[in-house]
Amino acid sequence: MKKWSNLWWLAGLVVALVLPLVMTNPAYRGIAVYTLLFTACATSWNMFSGYSGYVNLGAAVFYGTGAYSEDLLANHLNMSGGAALFWLVPLSGVVAMLIGIPVGLVALRVRRHTYVVITIAIFFVFQLAATNFGFTGGTAGLTIPFIPWMASYFDVPFYYVALAVLIFAILLSAGVRRSRFGLQLLAIRDDEDRALGLGVQVAAVKLTGYVMSGFVIGMCGAIYAMKQGQIYPQFVFDPLFDITVALMCFFGGFGTLVGPIIGGVVLESAQQYLTVTYSSGGSLYLIIFGALFLLVILFMPRGIVVYVKDWWGRRQSRIESSQTAATAGVAS
Amino acid sequence: MHALIDGVLTGSVYALMATGLTLIFGVMEIINVAQGILVILGAYFSYTLSTHFGIDLFLGLLITIPAMFVVGVVIERVFVARLKGPEKTAMSILVTYAIALVIEGSLNQIYSVNYQQLSAWYVNKSFELFGVYFPYIYVYGFLLAVGLLSALYVMLYRTRFGASIRASLADQAAAALVGIDVKRVSTICFGLGVAITGAGGMIYGATNTFNASSGADLISRLLTIIVLGGMGSLGGALVAGILMVTVEDIVGVVWSPIWSTMSFFIVLVVVLSLRPQGLFGKLSSRVA
Amino acid sequence: MTTLLSASNVSRAFGGVQALNGCSLEVRRGSITGLIGPNGSGKTTLFNVMTGYVKPDAGSVTFEGQNITGARPNKVFELGVGRTFQLTRIFARMTVLENMLVATQREESWLRGLTRSKSSPRELEAAMEWLNFVGLAHLAKLEAGSLSYGQRKLLELAYVLVANPDVILLDEPAGGVNLTLINVIAEKIQALNEQGKTFLVVEHNMEFVMKICHQVTVMHQGTDLVTGTPGEVRTNPAVLDAYLGGGDETDEELEELANG
Ligand SMILES: Nc1ncnc2c1ncn2[C@@H]1O[C@H](COP(=O)(O)OP(=O)(O)OP(=O)(O)O)[C@@H](O)[C@H]1O
Ligand SMILES: [Mg+2]
Repeated sequence: MKKWSNLWWLAGLVVALVLPLVMTNPAYRGIAVYTLLFTACATSWNMFSGYSGYVNLGAAVFYGTGAYSEDLLANHLNMSGGAALFWLVPLSGVVAMLIGIPVGLVALRVRRHTYVVITIAIFFVFQLAATNFGFTGGTAGLTIPFIPWMASYFDVPFYYVALAVLIFAILLSAGVRRSRFGLQLLAIRDDEDRALGLGVQVAAVKLTGYVMSGFVIGMCGAIYAMKQGQIYPQFVFDPLFDITVALMCFFGGFGTLVGPIIGGVVLESAQQYLTVTYSSGGSLYLIIFGALFLLVILFMPRGIVVYVKDWWGRRQSRIESSQTAATAGVAS
Repeated sequence: MHALIDGVLTGSVYALMATGLTLIFGVMEIINVAQGILVILGAYFSYTLSTHFGIDLFLGLLITIPAMFVVGVVIERVFVARLKGPEKTAMSILVTYAIALVIEGSLNQIYSVNYQQLSAWYVNKSFELFGVYFPYIYVYGFLLAVGLLSALYVMLYRTRFGASIRASLADQAAAALVGIDVKRVSTICFGLGVAITGAGGMIYGATNTFNASSGADLISRLLTIIVLGGMGSLGGALVAGILMVTVEDIVGVVWSPIWSTMSFFIVLVVVLSLRPQGLFGKLSSRVA
Repeated sequence: MTTLLSASNVSRAFGGVQALNGCSLEVRRGSITGLIGPNGSGKTTLFNVMTGYVKPDAGSVTFEGQNITGARPNKVFELGVGRTFQLTRIFARMTVLENMLVATQREESWLRGLTRSKSSPRELEAAMEWLNFVGLAHLAKLEAGSLSYGQRKLLELAYVLVANPDVILLDEPAGGVNLTLINVIAEKIQALNEQGKTFLVVEHNMEFVMKICHQVTVMHQGTDLVTGTPGEVRTNPAVLDAYLGGGDETDEELEELANG
C-alpha cells in the first residue's frame, strides 16, 4: 500500500515535469500555470484550515498582499523585467506572512463560526484599502516592469516556478501532518479547550499555522502579479478566490493531504475551461459553476478522497467476505 | 444630525435583513450567505410586480413575502437540511454561496446587468426633517421594518411556536429531547428568515439602485452586523444595524465617503478584539 | 505531609449564582483527597478555578508554594496539575494513540513542536504503556470517537497520566461506569498512589470515596463544610444536614453515606 502511494506521487511528478514540453499550445500552458498556483493555494489553505478546523474565508488577504508586494518591490528596486523578478516571489511571501501576524492576532481571538465571518470582514478591509490608498495605485492598480519573453515561451518559466511552489507546499503540508505541531492543530480542531488544558499553546499554534499558509499563498499571489504584468484590486482581492480555494479543499477532502491537490487540479482546470468556453455569456458560467458545486457538495459531502477511500474499503471487505464465504463453502 | 436620522431609518432596514440571517444561524448554525442575493431577488420580485402588473410596492409585499417564504423553504429542504457533521457551518457557507451564484446568474440572464431602482410617488417625493430632505420611502420603510420586527418579536415571545424556536435557539439537542420537532422548526425558521428579506429587498430596491451583483456587497454588511451584534442574538442585530449605519454616515460626513465603508469593518474588528463574543453574544457555555 | 495544592477562600459567581463562596481546600502530597457534596455545591467549579479554566472573583490557588491564581490552563498543566472532566472530553476524530500523544510533553514549547515529529520512540512506548495500564492498548489505532462511554473515561485518565503530572484532579471518575470497572478504576488509583501520585477526587459514589480516600472535604453551597477522615465525615451530623437540605441526593446515597 505504502509502496503504491509513493509510486503515485512519482508518476504525478514526472507528468508535471514533462507537461509543458508536450503541451505547446500557449493557452493551455496558461491554464496549467493557474492550475498549479491554485492547487498550491488550496494545499496550504488546507494545511491550516483543514487541520485546525478554522475555516479561513479571507485567504485572498495573503494572495493580494503577495501580489502587491511583488509589484511594489519591483518598482522600488527599479528592477527591469526578467527572470530576476522571481527572486521577489519568496520575499513577497514573507511580506504576506508578516501582514498575517496582526491580522491573525485579531481574527484568531474568536472561535470557529465567528472566525469564518470575521475573516470575510477583514478581507473587505483589505480590498477597500487596496482600492483607496495612494501607494496601491487605487482602482488603476499597479504595473510590473515589462517582461520581454516570446509569447510561445512566456509561460514556461512561470510553470516551473509555480510547480516548485506547489511541491514546496505539498512537502510543507505533509511535514506539518507528521509533526507534533500538526498533531496540536488536529487537537485544536477536535477540542480546543481540552488541548489548552493539556499544555498546547493554542494561540501560538493557531497563529503559526495561519501565517505559514499565508507564506505560500502570498508567493502564489506574487507569481500571479508577475505573470499578469498589471494587477487590479478587485482581481487580487477577489471574494471568488476565497470561496474557490475553500471549495477545492472540500471537494477533494477537507483536512486530507491529497484532497486539495485533486480538488485544485480538477476544479481549476474545469473553471478555466468553462471561462474560455462560455466567456460570452458570463452569467451562464456562474450558473453552471454554482450548480456543479452544489452537486458535488451534496453527493460527496466529505470530499472525493474520503468517498473513494470508503468505496475502496467497502469493496475490499466485500471481496474478503466473499473469499471467506468461498473457503467456508469449500470446507463444508 | 442627518447621519443620526439616516442611521436609525436605514439601519433598521439593515437590521431587518440581518435578523433573518441571525435567526437562521441561531437556530440551525447555518450561515446563509445567499441572504444578500435573496434581498435582491425580493427587490426584483417587487420590480416585476410594479412595472409589469402595476401593483403598488407595499401591496406587492403581500405576494412577495409568501413567495420568498416558499423560496426559503425549498432551499432549506433541498440543500441545507442535508448538511451534517462537524464541518456543517463551514459547508453551509459554501452551499449557500453556490446557491447565490446560481440565483445571481439567473437574475442576470432574466433582467440583464443594468441597474434598476423601484419607483413610486413616495420614492420620488421628499419631506423636510431638521432641515434635511428625506424621501418618504425612508420613513415608510422604517415603519415597515419596525412593524415586521415587532411582529417577529411577538411571534417569538408570545406564541407556542415562538417558544419552540427559542428553545431551539438555546439548545437544539435539549429542544429535541422535550419533543420539539427541530427539523420542522428549522425549515420554518429558514423560510421566515428569507421571507423577511423580501420586505427588506423592496425597501432596499426603492432606496438604492441595484443589479444582481449588489448581493455581494450586501451580504458582507449583513454578516458584519450579525457578528457585531453577537451571532444568534436578535436584539444585537437591531442595535448593531443602527450603530453601523450611523457610524458609516458620520465618518462619511466628517472624513470622506471612502473611509465610511471601511469604518463599517473597522468597527467590527475593534469591537471583536475587545469583546470576542460580539456586543450581545454569549461566550460558549460552561466547561464541564 | 506537606501541602501540594491548595485553594484558599475562593469565590466565584455566575450571574446571580454564587457557585463558590469562600471555599478552601488542601491537598497533601501523596494523598488521595476526596471532594464530595450535593449536586450544584460547586465541586466542578472549584476544579475549574484550580486548573485555570475559570478565573476566581476572590481568593487564591497555590501549587507547590507557588501562586497560580488565574494562570492559563496550559500553564497549570505545564507545572504539573492534570485533570479529567465530568463530561469526558477526548479528541474524537483522532486515534486513541494520537489522543495519548497530545499530552506526552507537558513542558515543551510550541516552537519545538514545529521541528520534531509527532512522537519519539520513548513517548510512543510511554503512551502504549499507559494504554495498557487502562486496558485500551488493543484499540490504539481506532478513532477515539468510536469508544464507549466507559472507555472514554479510561482514555481520558490514561492521557492525563502519560504526562506524569504531580497531582491529578478526577471529576467523577466512576460516574456512569459499571461496577466492575469502578473497582478497576479504584484499584488503579490506589496503585498509582502507592507509587507516590497525589489525587483529588470528586465522586458521588460514597463507597468509592470511603474506600480510597485518606481525607475528605464536604462542600455545601460553595463553601467547604467539613474536612476530615472518611470516618469522621461519615458521622458528622452537619454533613447529613447538608445533603438533606440540598434535597437532590438520592436516598441510597444518603444511606451509603450514613452506613459507609
Ligand atoms: N459557566 C457557568 N455559568 C453559569 N453557571 C455556572 C457555570 N458553572 C457553574 N455554574 C453554576 O454553579 C453552581 C455550581 O456548579 P458545579 O458544576 O460546580 O456543581 P457540582 O458540585 O460540580 O455539581 P455536580 O455534582 O452536579 O457535578 C451550579 O448552580 C451551576 O449552575
Ligand atoms: Mg460537577
